[in-house]
Amino acid sequence: MSARPPGPIRWIRERLNIDPLIEFASHKQVPEWRGSFWYYFGGVSLFLFIVQVASGILLLMYYQPGEKTAYESVRFIVVKVKFGWLVRSIHSWAANLFILSVFIHMFSVYFTKAFRRPRELTWYSGFLLLALAFGFGFSGYLLPWNTLAYFATKVGTTIVAVLPVVGGPIMELLRAGKDVTTATLTRFYGLHVAILPAAFTLILGLHMMLIQTQGMHEPDTWPEGKRRYMPFFPNFILRDLLLWLIVLNILAILAVWFPWELGSKADPFGAAPQGIKPEWYFLFMYQGLKYFPAKLAGVDGEIVGIVLFGLAGLLWFLVPVWDARTPRGARNRFVNYVGVTVVLFIIVMTTLGLR
Amino acid sequence: MNKLLGLATFAWLGSVVYPVLEYLKTPPQSEADVTSVVAAKIQNVKPNSGLVFRFGREPAILVSGPDGKLRAFSATCTHLQCTVQYRTDLQRIYCACHNGMYDLNGRNIAGPPPRPLTEFQVTVKGDDVVVSRA
Repeated sequence: MSARPPGPIRWIRERLNIDPLIEFASHKQVPEWRGSFWYYFGGVSLFLFIVQVASGILLLMYYQPGEKTAYESVRFIVVKVKFGWLVRSIHSWAANLFILSVFIHMFSVYFTKAFRRPRELTWYSGFLLLALAFGFGFSGYLLPWNTLAYFATKVGTTIVAVLPVVGGPIMELLRAGKDVTTATLTRFYGLHVAILPAAFTLILGLHMMLIQTQGMHEPDTWPEGKRRYMPFFPNFILRDLLLWLIVLNILAILAVWFPWELGSKADPFGAAPQGIKPEWYFLFMYQGLKYFPAKLAGVDGEIVGIVLFGLAGLLWFLVPVWDARTPRGARNRFVNYVGVTVVLFIIVMTTLGLR
Repeated sequence: MNKLLGLATFAWLGSVVYPVLEYLKTPPQSEADVTSVVAAKIQNVKPNSGLVFRFGREPAILVSGPDGKLRAFSATCTHLQCTVQYRTDLQRIYCACHNGMYDLNGRNIAGPPPRPLTEFQVTVKGDDVVVSRA
């Protein structure tokens, strides 16, 4: 005799057809091999995104965009509001850990060739999520309206403007005018709390739906006899939750021991301070651009650099297309060489940029 | 019929997207174009010093060279629009964002800036140091 399901599940079952969902979850399996560890970074990224949403909503309770209110309201949160410093610090640290986790997730997918057929759409949607994460970082950075953020935004939006034809209009669209002003702040606020979250949630939904329907990627060369699987529910989920707890602890330690600084209020008519740098995840591009001369074959070196970075990003996005052995699922060392070069470039440029 | 429906769909999409894009273009502000400002009082300007001041909607810099000669420029770096400053130790105009360097005539001499700074005219009227567009 089968046991009757508990009350709440019975109640839902009588109203919604959740049996296929339960059936799906009970049969879902996760491949167990030496690369299984990397599967968890997708979940960690999701967890950090949830932390971002929750802490962001709390910050919204006090934050006021505007020239005379943005910096002051963040200072109010940090200084006056109980645990305000903690909420802000968690929001900032979680943002950085989120990008780090997304990077690890992306490179693990790349090196395990999990972007190959039939998972091209998962790769493309993941890349879009990374681009949106960068957008979150860039727009959120300006919101406290401090000196570093002001000049970083000025530099970042001017870089966009060097693109031929479309650069100028895009820059003005971002800045809400010709200069970085409080109109830019309002626009970035709208982007950060409404447009980007909406777009991110939609694409994240698609990304996760694809993962659920296609299952986890299995290694291309995996001998029949050595294949092992772990039940998704509860084994994998419990491991996932344990890692989330560890990440939450790391986040709490960072937020408490290294609270995020607010800096000085932005002065659009003051000189740029020494040591202006973007957030670490933009640093490899920022540092890379420094090595381009002022002029290259008669063209501004900056334009050449930005176009090259743009092309590199496009090629990265299109890896399922140019990985010629994709359809056969065969080994392709060239993909590995490209990946290792990209990782080394990012590490070296970021280290040089941090000095 | 299908073509007509396709065209109608595009027209409909255009009628939705176009107003949104136009809405996002910020209208030009009706702020009078400033042609000259009092940057400082002459007694406050020491040789080998620099002062960033507001010139209409943009920052400008007044530089007093080691010889006391006054010059003024747009303070917006020609590289990526950071605001420059005067470095008394180097006697140069300097951009801290990417280590750009300009000489006392506003010429780009080191680092990534591709063009010189725009120069303004400086006149002393009584106690006032007046900076105007050339």
